[in-house]
Amino acid sequence: MAFDWKQYDPKPFYDELIAKPGKPRKPAKPLTDYLSSLDDTEIQSRKAAADSAILEMGISFTVYTEGENIDRAWPFDIIPRVITKTEWERVTRGLEQRLTALNMFINDIYNKQQIFKDKIIPRYVLKQSKNFREQCVGITPPHGVWAHICGTDLVRDGKGDFYVLEDNLRVPSGVSYMLENRQVTKRVFPELFESSSILPVDEYPTQLFDMLASISPRPQDYPEIAVLTPGIYNSAYFEHSFLAQRMGAELVEGADLVVGDDDCVYMRTIDGLERVDVIYRRIDDEFLDPEVFNPDSMLGVPGLMRAWRKGNVGLANAPGAGVADDKVMYAYVPEVIRYYLDEEPVLPNVPTYLCVNDKDREYVLDHLDELVVKPANESGGYGMLVGPHATKKQRAEFAQLIQKDPRNYIAQPTLDLSVAPTLCGDDIEPRHLDLRPFILQGVRTDVTAGGLTRVAMRKGSLVVNSSQGGGSKDTWIVDEEN
Amino acid sequence: MLSRVAERVYWMARYVERAENTARMVTAFHLLALDMPKLVQLSWKGLVEVTGNDELFDNHYQREDERNCVKFLLADADNPSSVLNSLRAARENVRTTRDLVPSEAWEVMNELYLFARDEIDQGIGKRGRFEFLSSIIQRCQTLTGLLAGTMSHDAAYDFIRLGRNLERADMGTRQVDVGALKLLKKNNDDPEPYEGLLWTSILRSESGFQMYRQHVKRRINGVDVVRFLLQDKAFPRSVTHALTQVQDALESLPNNEVPLRLVIQARRHAMNASVDELLAEDGLHDFVDRLQQDIADIHGANAETWFLAAPAQAA
Repeated sequence: MAFDWKQYDPKPFYDELIAKPGKPRKPAKPLTDYLSSLDDTEIQSRKAAADSAILEMGISFTVYTEGENIDRAWPFDIIPRVITKTEWERVTRGLEQRLTALNMFINDIYNKQQIFKDKIIPRYVLKQSKNFREQCVGITPPHGVWAHICGTDLVRDGKGDFYVLEDNLRVPSGVSYMLENRQVTKRVFPELFESSSILPVDEYPTQLFDMLASISPRPQDYPEIAVLTPGIYNSAYFEHSFLAQRMGAELVEGADLVVGDDDCVYMRTIDGLERVDVIYRRIDDEFLDPEVFNPDSMLGVPGLMRAWRKGNVGLANAPGAGVADDKVMYAYVPEVIRYYLDEEPVLPNVPTYLCVNDKDREYVLDHLDELVVKPANESGGYGMLVGPHATKKQRAEFAQLIQKDPRNYIAQPTLDLSVAPTLCGDDIEPRHLDLRPFILQGVRTDVTAGGLTRVAMRKGSLVVNSSQGGGSKDTWIVDEEN
Repeated sequence: MLSRVAERVYWMARYVERAENTARMVTAFHLLALDMPKLVQLSWKGLVEVTGNDELFDNHYQREDERNCVKFLLADADNPSSVLNSLRAARENVRTTRDLVPSEAWEVMNELYLFARDEIDQGIGKRGRFEFLSSIIQRCQTLTGLLAGTMSHDAAYDFIRLGRNLERADMGTRQVDVGALKLLKKNNDDPEPYEGLLWTSILRSESGFQMYRQHVKRRINGVDVVRFLLQDKAFPRSVTHALTQVQDALESLPNNEVPLRLVIQARRHAMNASVDELLAEDGLHDFVDRLQQDIADIHGANAETWFLAAPAQAA
């Protein structure tokens, strides 16, 4: 039996594809019509085809708690999410604006610190930031850019408006899954690419390569670019090797690199040592260079910071870029945009309470059952409290944590995250999702057409992280005029 | 090319070759066992001895019966050279060099491992064994062919050839060493009538039966089989041929002096041996020991010259 959209009711949430039961949104109509033309068996066989494509292509990720099973097949929902090109152009403008301002902000932090002198942001915010790196003070990287690759998490609220949930300025991952999701969809639903005009996503590796080349210290030569990975046990290892392969760059681990007496970086090859110009590093600041940061790090390269400070190697993202990726700094980003660009932010922030402020903290402690509480410096959905879904005991524990270390916690209202039709077993049901577009900044700025849509596969759940049982969808930016 | 990557593709090739060799050996012995009269007892443990992991086996198993031996060779988690562990390691090595090997090769490798993992019980049981092992061998061959046919024959490919042929030479010497008689249990009164069958089985382990018949044209006997497996220049799984291939791969790699010198030496040792004298004077085992040491030395020199453990001088 074919699926009847009249039986699909996303209420009370905003749905990406369906305006109300039986009424698909206009750009999604070719998709929903097509889906309802398939019977159950056909839908299941498409699903099976997608699953086996994922297994064969070896699209995988790692869950740290699973011990021996170090790569798990990527969870994927076959029903794409659709966004119009007109709406996406506005989002793109907002993302470019935001990253431009953030990079000016980071450069200011490590140099003049004018924004603090002008009292736009209180100084304590910087003093207490875990991601501020003293070793970076006084440096201005090429083009003044610190965060070259940014993965901004966007969500829609109940009315369908986009909000920025967080800026990931350190080592955001997920872009390879965005690319592979499109490959899988093309295998499974080739017919749909004829009836809709869907913007391609596969320019990303080329743009990434060009951006990395633009920060090479030896612009006259063909730059040697390397992707630095922590190794096969990292959850994003698949992505590291994928990107290296697509860029034709070397995939290296710390032990492959050595810094010479001339403070240049070399890789160990079968011909001896070869100079490296740009490193797209996928390991955290603390592990980059045991001479400067964590001395026990086996992942990093001794002397790397020396080479970078001297301008002998380009590092993306620059060490210390995470200073603006702190969830407390986040609260100030709208001010940051106004201060450096003299513009109003195109994309709003989610309202944020800083527990360090007495008034905010009081409010947070009184309304724990309505709020999402997050530690200021964790990623991957670890260590957060979703108030409405938490037990009394969990809320009491968090109240204690907040009082003990108020600086480390922020709170936000639980948003009515938007939903989209998702294949759950034999049925199509609404599930919550978010969106992570990727922004590249070097000489120029590029934004992906869409991004990685992550879905909370469990009914009612708001947690979309793949490490916490989330899935993903292909994301279509559809040009309605063509 | 990165030293680490060279090391990984080299090991990938060794592990795939090891899995394939083990699968061939178990297939041949499985078929032989079906031919033997009930009274003659075969020693499955002899197969474990070929792989050189008999001590490990003794630590984990009480009984040296068919099921335990086959399980150990194919599936045992504690045996680093079991087919399943070899394929897992090979897959890890491909997975970590995906930026370099053709993506079809990764897909074949991935499917090969998943197949072995999901169907391994077929191989342990008698009924599905032949089909399972044939499929493993065929998929290994597909991978080898795919690499030969779609990957640029550059340094990375040379390291693959190097690994594959060194592993093949190593396995060849082991087969010769264990020889026919160790595959019979000691309590059999007179092993002689079955010697021919056993040598045939050894030839089959190396897929050499048909080629032996074509080129040697004499009844199967120990001296000729050992000579064929050790010294035949044309048979691709003979020790001499494998070492020639190793030499060939080494020739185009940079800084190759030491490994090249060692392989030429090893090849000369294999070629110059007088097989009838060795067999007559009970000297085969010592001879093979020395040859295996040669092969181990070549591996050591490879690692020293190109792999990551080697200390690199900063410019």
